[in-house]
Amino acid sequence: MFKKALPYARPYRLPAILSPLFMIMEVLADILIPLYMAKIVNIGIANQDASFVIQQGCIMIGLALFGAGTGIASSFCGAKAGYGIAYEMRKASYRSIQNYSFNNLDQMSVASLITRLTSDAETVGTVAMMSLRMAIRSPFMLIFALIAAIRINRELALIFAVVIPAIALIILLMFKRAMPLFQKLRKSLDTLNATIQEQLAGIDVIKAFNRQDHAYQQFTDSNNALKAASLEAIMFMVALMPLMVLIINACLIAVLWLGGLKVAEGSLPTGDLIAFITYNTQIMMSLMMLANYIINLTFAKASFDRLQEAIETEPDMEDPADPITTVADGSLSFEGVSFKYPGYKDDILADINLDLAAGQSLGIIGPTGSSKSTLVQLIPRLYDVGQGRILVGGQDVRKYRKKDLRAAIGMVLQKNTLVSGTIRSNMVWGKRDASDDQIIAALKQAQAWEFVSQYEDGLDHKVEQGGSNFSGGQKQRLTIARALLTNPKILILDDSTSAVDMDTDAKLQRAFKEGLDQVTLIMIAQRISSVKNLDKILVLDQGRIEAMGTHEELLEKSEIYKEIYRSQQRGLPA
Amino acid sequence: MSKVNKDMHIKNAQAQTKAGLDQNQASAEEKVSTDTKAKRFRSENSWKTVKQLFSYFRNNKKLFFAGIFFVGLSSLTAIALNALLSPLIDSVAGTFNQARFVRTLLFTLGLGVAQAAFMYLGSRFNAVLSQRTVTLIRQDLAAKVLHLPISFFDGHTHGEVMSAFTSDIDTLSQTLDQAVSQLMTSVITFVGTTIMMFILSWKLFLLVLACLAQMFLVTRFIASRSGRYYRERQQQTASLNGFVEEMMTAQKVVKVFNYEDRAIADFEDRAEALRQAATKASSFGVVTWPVMGNLTYVMYALVAMLGSFQVVSGAMTLGNMAAFLQYTRVIARPITQMSQQMNSLLAAIAGAERIFRLLDAEEEVMEGPVRLVRSQDSDHKLYWQVPTQVDIHEDATSIDLSSLKTFTAELDNGKTETTTPYKLLPVMGDLRFHEVDFGYVAGQKVLKDISLYAKPGQKIAFVGSTGAGKTTIIKLINRFYDIHEGQITLDGLDIRDINKFDLRSIISVVLQDVNLFSGTIRENIRYGRLDATDEEVVEAAKAANAHHFISRLAEGYDTELVRGGEGLSQGERQLLSIARTAIADPVIVIMDEATSSVDTRTEMQIAQGMDQLMAGRTTFVIAHRLSTVRDANAIMVLEGGEIVERGNHEELMAQKGRYYNLNLGTEELD
Repeated sequence: MFKKALPYARPYRLPAILSPLFMIMEVLADILIPLYMAKIVNIGIANQDASFVIQQGCIMIGLALFGAGTGIASSFCGAKAGYGIAYEMRKASYRSIQNYSFNNLDQMSVASLITRLTSDAETVGTVAMMSLRMAIRSPFMLIFALIAAIRINRELALIFAVVIPAIALIILLMFKRAMPLFQKLRKSLDTLNATIQEQLAGIDVIKAFNRQDHAYQQFTDSNNALKAASLEAIMFMVALMPLMVLIINACLIAVLWLGGLKVAEGSLPTGDLIAFITYNTQIMMSLMMLANYIINLTFAKASFDRLQEAIETEPDMEDPADPITTVADGSLSFEGVSFKYPGYKDDILADINLDLAAGQSLGIIGPTGSSKSTLVQLIPRLYDVGQGRILVGGQDVRKYRKKDLRAAIGMVLQKNTLVSGTIRSNMVWGKRDASDDQIIAALKQAQAWEFVSQYEDGLDHKVEQGGSNFSGGQKQRLTIARALLTNPKILILDDSTSAVDMDTDAKLQRAFKEGLDQVTLIMIAQRISSVKNLDKILVLDQGRIEAMGTHEELLEKSEIYKEIYRSQQRGLPA
Repeated sequence: MSKVNKDMHIKNAQAQTKAGLDQNQASAEEKVSTDTKAKRFRSENSWKTVKQLFSYFRNNKKLFFAGIFFVGLSSLTAIALNALLSPLIDSVAGTFNQARFVRTLLFTLGLGVAQAAFMYLGSRFNAVLSQRTVTLIRQDLAAKVLHLPISFFDGHTHGEVMSAFTSDIDTLSQTLDQAVSQLMTSVITFVGTTIMMFILSWKLFLLVLACLAQMFLVTRFIASRSGRYYRERQQQTASLNGFVEEMMTAQKVVKVFNYEDRAIADFEDRAEALRQAATKASSFGVVTWPVMGNLTYVMYALVAMLGSFQVVSGAMTLGNMAAFLQYTRVIARPITQMSQQMNSLLAAIAGAERIFRLLDAEEEVMEGPVRLVRSQDSDHKLYWQVPTQVDIHEDATSIDLSSLKTFTAELDNGKTETTTPYKLLPVMGDLRFHEVDFGYVAGQKVLKDISLYAKPGQKIAFVGSTGAGKTTIIKLINRFYDIHEGQITLDGLDIRDINKFDLRSIISVVLQDVNLFSGTIRENIRYGRLDATDEEVVEAAKAANAHHFISRLAEGYDTELVRGGEGLSQGERQLLSIARTAIADPVIVIMDEATSSVDTRTEMQIAQGMDQLMAGRTTFVIAHRLSTVRDANAIMVLEGGEIVERGNHEELMAQKGRYYNLNLGTEELD
């Protein structure tokens, strides 16, 4: 883990090296001070030498100021390096995620990516800082204090030979027993949170069905389980501190007893005993600090590994070595294409053959789950085909750089998303340097200008997170406008007008027909009326082409198409 | 992890570099406004919060005092333990007094054991108290949240409510667990140490006091700095987290638009800002300990210098001097700790304040004079039990009121204890709107002058563009919201007179966003009627056409749904939701876009099941797809909150108005 973290520390190597160095100096000061203290008592007071006391006292103050200075320096360096490392790792994972293919994104869920980039990176930063400070401080403190204690009195220091292993053993045993208890606690907590979250999300349903008591009972169950788990874990942990105190006290008494006898027989100066007691405390403290650090490190390792995994995941789709850079035109063909997602047993698309000349339009229609979306996602190489090939502009899509291919294809995904900002800041996703006139033209084409122009602030109108301040139909029209701004050779709309009312839908189609006659249009739709005027309509059923042709042809030959048509025409006057 | 940490933290000053601490500190400071007026207001509020919190100890008073008692004892023994150092050293330094040495040593041993024991008891009582208290608070919170009116959630996000359950409770329990007893320990240690030092040497103590004053100023300086930077860090963290959340959700769109480079640049700006803020906040957060620790050493040296003169001059024994120095080491720590603990205490109070504000929110009133009763004869018919003082609108019901008998005897179903005279009105499902106006916010009408009726068994459909007010109408029927003007009657009764539980028990809603709960499919369907048998569950699933896909699942009806049915398609979830409604056997059915995500072919397949569900019941349907609404008895076309057209399909088509255009809009293309 430390080795793997090294590259991220490189830009911060100066503070990363200085922080431990300063820390060691601070520890040295910490250790030396009691020695001077002992000298004051042993020599200064014994000889009634005031000037010696002042001299030693001044050295002590000097050391303390030195300790404070190095301590401050170490804190600042440690923070700089620790959060620097977190920043580098965060940056590296984000950059890596940007290169992920759709496949990669499917495998790591959005929620887990968010956790990695936020709380995991945060944890790594905190623990990186700890590693540069605490992890240095405690062992050095332990060793220096031990050396100092041994130098004062070898025999007395033998006490530590018993106590240190005893404490280490106790910490280890307790930690081992506590871990499962805390995992159980974590789990109960997750269950409880999930219960609340679910009930909040379903509060309408709970109220509509009068299930308040039922829900309350469910909550009570998880709450009681959590209480039991917490108590079990805490009851165990509350014993740890008193146990430590007991050992520290026992150690203190042993030191006082044996040391006191030595003082009495004159083999140990009184000042040395006082200094020894101070070292005793320091040794105990550093042991506990070390244990605390190890626990934190254990937890942080999980975070570190998750970040590392995000960084190391290789995008499973590469650009060709010798790419074609321009897409000649919007012609499109599928040649015997089949596809399945990783982990699926059967092809979810099979034997797809299809030819579209540049400027032609294609409608795709079919029941839920017939792989309509998957089919269109193969075109801009969001996924790679299993067998067969797809040609865009007469060339296999795998021969282009992904970037160039996608620049030629405008696509509105079924789960289209707007991000917070303004309407303009969302529109420039389509074209970075789009002028207001270009944006307005696209909005007009997408039938979105009619509501955007109503806003006083027009293009500067605020977009809330996820576009939540727009209705479904408005959002769809805005995302269509964004795709139009890319000035694509192929435009793909994946069920992008489902929330648009029929009136507007009709206007949209008219606009497409008039304004986009050079653009190859591919449109997935639920409504027959949305596709019936397109050049070709493809009926997809369970990943296979059931039929293809014009509206009239399909009414003749496609059973599914006829059925869908009838279901939508039911009751209409002939 | 935090629990493990906390216990390790207690005495381990240096270990408290963890972010959690400066976090508490800063967020607490955030609450302390510089404006004195606001401060006073807040402190009054805080006091109220503390009192409210104490009321939760009510049932555990003994525990509370026992905890305080033992924590106090433990700190006192710790001080006494240090005090024993002086006689002990005096007994060995100079002439060895063995008896005194052994006695003191044994005494030390006793106190050492006692300290550990007191500490254990104190923390144990505290832990039990804090767990019981937060469990109780959580329980009350849940009860509250479940009984808040729907309108509450318009003004408060789920995130806000969730954070009361999670982070606020967390902080509170940690504080109850630790900070209170630690604060007490600090105070006792500080006071006790001060007294001991004063007794040992008041001259030296004056020196210590002067040093402490300086150190206090240093602490304050650092704390105010770290507080400021911490707030900045909080802001940057929130900004980055928000950005990440949004961009990760939109990641596929980023790819489609080749937007990666800009996404990276935007991210790195934010990450860099956070790095700088976090570095500063942490630097000042951890610097307290080396600074205070070493200033303590300076104080120690000064005391040693001055003290040795005292010893040399014979004004003080060597043992007293040693003990005094030991206290000098200890006295600064409570100050640093107190400042930290006060901050976490303030943070906890702020959290508790949010919790109590939620607990103080007004609950939905469910009571109403009209109750639902079921007849005891074989056909178990439903009746409204209407006290005679409640009006029944003669012109708003489909039954002949003169046929109603008045009862005075008590019904023997145990459900009611009324002895006032009442009438029994059969439940028919006759629903009428009389000139209803409604707005979520005062002054902004979403519905204007809505009048309509649905006779028992009729199907009424609402169509219109998004935002026309369709969903709102439906929320008025089951009284998720109450109207301000006009009247809604059910079987001639104003629905505001009907007990809400009873009203909702005869109405079933299939909502736009399907919400399933974790549990098996069987349990989810049974949610509609908890005492339904397995056979009835299957029946309902068949009626909703859900049986087919359920039986294809490996576990069938026992399939566990995770996270609200994540594995199911939107269409399948809707089918389950319809099954859940079917089993409830409601008098009135409401379907809000119930089939929007099912393709039209599948929709046709479930239409039959839905027809069965709707047969004999008053039904309200909202749909975008006109094919869903064609066979309704009446179709209401809504526009801007008003009914602009009404009639059945044929009539509306003949009108060639808005409905006609909605329906045939695409035809104009030809």
